[in-house]
Amino acid sequence: MMQRFVPAWLMPEAASTQAAKVDAIFFGLTVISAAIVLVVVGLVVTFAIRFRRGSKADRGALPSVVSREFEIGWTAATLFVFLFIFWWAASAEIGAYTPPKDAIEIHVVANQWMWKTQASNGAREINELHVPVGAPVRLMLTSQDVIHSFYIPAFRLKRDAVPGRQTETWFQATKTGTFHLMCTEFCGTDHSRMLGRVIVMEPQDYAAWLSAQPEGDDLAHAGERLFTERGCAGCHAPGSTIHAPDLAGLWGKTIPLEGGRTVTVDAAYIRDSILQPARDIAAGYAPIMPSYAGLLTDGEVQELTAYLRALGAGPRTVRSPGVPPLSSRVPGSARERSPAMVPGAPVADTPAPAGPAVGP
Amino acid sequence: MSPHIAQSPTALADPDELALGLPESYLAAGHTLGSWLTTTDHKRIAILYGLSITLFFFLGGAAATAVRLELFTPEADFVGSDTYNKLFTLHGVIMVWFFLIPSIPTTFGNFLLPLMIGARDLAFPKLNLVSWYLNLGGGLLAAVAVLAGGIDTGWTFYVPYATVFSDTAVSVAVLGVFVAGFSTIATGVNFIATVHLLRAPGMTWFRLPLFVWAMYTTSLIFVLATPVLALTLLLVLAERAFGLPIFDPARGGDPILFQHLFWFYSHPAVYIMILPAMGVISEVITCFSRRVVFGYTFMVYALVAIAVIGFFTWGHHMFTSGMSPYAALLFSFLSFIVAVPSAIKVFNWTATLYRGQIGFESPMLYALGFLGLFTVGGLTGLFLASIPIDVHVQDTYFVVAHFHYIMVGASVSAYFAGLHLWWPKITGRMYPETWAKFAAILMFFGFNLTFFPQFIAGYLGMPRRYHVYPPEFQVWNVLSSSGAAVLAVAYLMPLGYLTWSVFFGARARNDPWNATGLEWRTTSPPPRDNFLGRVAVLGPPYDYHPAGSPPTQDQPHLPTQESQA
Repeated sequence: MMQRFVPAWLMPEAASTQAAKVDAIFFGLTVISAAIVLVVVGLVVTFAIRFRRGSKADRGALPSVVSREFEIGWTAATLFVFLFIFWWAASAEIGAYTPPKDAIEIHVVANQWMWKTQASNGAREINELHVPVGAPVRLMLTSQDVIHSFYIPAFRLKRDAVPGRQTETWFQATKTGTFHLMCTEFCGTDHSRMLGRVIVMEPQDYAAWLSAQPEGDDLAHAGERLFTERGCAGCHAPGSTIHAPDLAGLWGKTIPLEGGRTVTVDAAYIRDSILQPARDIAAGYAPIMPSYAGLLTDGEVQELTAYLRALGAGPRTVRSPGVPPLSSRVPGSARERSPAMVPGAPVADTPAPAGPAVGP
Repeated sequence: MSPHIAQSPTALADPDELALGLPESYLAAGHTLGSWLTTTDHKRIAILYGLSITLFFFLGGAAATAVRLELFTPEADFVGSDTYNKLFTLHGVIMVWFFLIPSIPTTFGNFLLPLMIGARDLAFPKLNLVSWYLNLGGGLLAAVAVLAGGIDTGWTFYVPYATVFSDTAVSVAVLGVFVAGFSTIATGVNFIATVHLLRAPGMTWFRLPLFVWAMYTTSLIFVLATPVLALTLLLVLAERAFGLPIFDPARGGDPILFQHLFWFYSHPAVYIMILPAMGVISEVITCFSRRVVFGYTFMVYALVAIAVIGFFTWGHHMFTSGMSPYAALLFSFLSFIVAVPSAIKVFNWTATLYRGQIGFESPMLYALGFLGLFTVGGLTGLFLASIPIDVHVQDTYFVVAHFHYIMVGASVSAYFAGLHLWWPKITGRMYPETWAKFAAILMFFGFNLTFFPQFIAGYLGMPRRYHVYPPEFQVWNVLSSSGAAVLAVAYLMPLGYLTWSVFFGARARNDPWNATGLEWRTTSPPPRDNFLGRVAVLGPPYDYHPAGSPPTQDQPHLPTQESQA
């Protein structure tokens, strides 16, 4: 619709599903606003000319229709127009709030003055983000220092990366190409140089790119390694002599806390439990866990979270005390990432996907 | 014009004048610096404020000029990144807290509020003087921060950048704003008490001029919102200077809490800037179209509604911070609602013109410009209240353009409208009308050239507070910077011709515009006690024509400077 009325140089490139919706609302609001401005300016100019000092225009008493009812009438009309715009914009927003379940997950960590991204399939990048066209991509953002804001104008997408918490958003690219990624929350000296590129590729190109990336653990496997290295396993491994909860199968469950409250195990709860363990104590356990604040980076917390998530809500494994785990508890291996993870990419066979388990 | 008059800026104190039996003007009540610095006369304090905010306006304007100069090209070629960040911070801090917020209330409000309600002074004249010293003290602290190397946080002082990461003079600047806040609170208390207690006999609430209503509602926001800012800034100081963990997430603090507190003040602060402007425009439009204001009671309720609902919309500054989607919807809804009374006011001003006797003296040119710019600024506010659009344009030049249309296009236009309308009353001198008209028109075009392209640059995706930017945005920045040059000339012109008029302008009559307000029922400039005899109010405001009959052509054509000579 807009392409027919608005010259291309006045509109930013639209390359996501959300972009088309935002542009439609923007275009509609512009038309409504232009009409209102024309009416107001038109009346002001007309009155100013017609009723200029000394002109011969009729200045008798105001017509009886111009009265209190008139005033109430245009108040109501304004209210209805504004409520209509609100409803229109709000319904577009509500519809776009929840990301599709099969979205590729990408963790974004911002710091002064760069963007680090890590996809759940293991691809790590700095100031660049490769994504396949036509696939939903879910972003989970955090920051290591000050507040930044992740902005891709072509996707009409913006979300703040806030230190100490995780924010989320998602998009689905509709066009291949290279697009600006910019920081839009002032973050210090090189704020205006905190730029990156988002490269949207055809699914097969993306698959090729992905398999050419240097091997690295995906988030969940990195998290599993950390779980042992940082001593989490000492208490939380199944059969540990310390009375600490086994974390397998916890994700997504609602668990009771000391004091009768309950909490749903999600990224925020796990983050809090690692950094401020004394805050919410699971019922039946002593508050003995030390805080890991300052000992783990934001990225490491994300990796641990991904690991616990990958353990899923499946049945608990039973092992004897003292016996180290023989193999990874994360379904799938790091090597099995890639083409299967890419919706639409041609795959030879169907290996078990890395990342979250699909069920028992 | 006798040479004697031409030599003395306060010629009204001349003995020749007193021979007429009139009391001496407030300007003649003392000529020493000490008489000014210790005055408790609301009119003299208004002049003191006028001088200090003019100083701050041109300081903030100089910073903006440097910013626009740098943005002429996409590369860094005039200042470095840190200097650039300090320049836009200086511009924002000075313009918001030391020009826009005090501008109309402390100058015209101080000068006119007692005059308009028939009082001899404000309720607490000494507190009024203390307010000015607090404002000046706060401004000087901000100036010290600049001398100490400047601050680079932006006027919003977002944490944890402002408390943990910035290594600039943030504490001093924050302290300056904190001190200035007490000036605003004291002014608010003073105005509220004055309106409640000191109205002349017959001046009922619904006979108050809309300017007084605007001052009253603004004062309510002063008193209710500013303490929250003071508290927030104190917490910033506590974290920054004494290391108390409050907002720093690394120590369990919450940076989003700061944003809620900050915008709980700073969104109503936008209404602190625009409500007084609406008051001025109501006075100007009625006077120069010789009509009673259309829908007086609706205009009053609209002011009150804006002041009240304005307190509940702050969250629309934080749609992208990760707030709950339900909270975002509520704030979006309330932001649409608060726009309704503003729209009503625009319609009523327009309707006031209908069947008037419209004159185009400079205050009216500013007021007509206000109508257009405020309408554009208000409507683009609806874009920002729509969550999906806000997600795209938040922190881009679209937002910059929007709030400049409101704060500069509307508020500063209204400030100049009021300055020209009441200049004869304040100084007793007429300014050169031709120059004034030219400046008004130049300001309107310069403003639009500067800020309209920023709407487009913003929607195309240019973020704000960018020292360097992708080259495809250059064309919009060149337009904007060119407009800024025009705007700078337009702002400097009144400084020249108004100063000139103080010394050489023709003597003003008591009521040069044939306006109706009480402030015109005394000498120009007024005596220390404002009125010559007892004041009583017999009718409604804007009594330009009897109800039901047409306005007559009774406004004098202004003598031009040439015809005076």
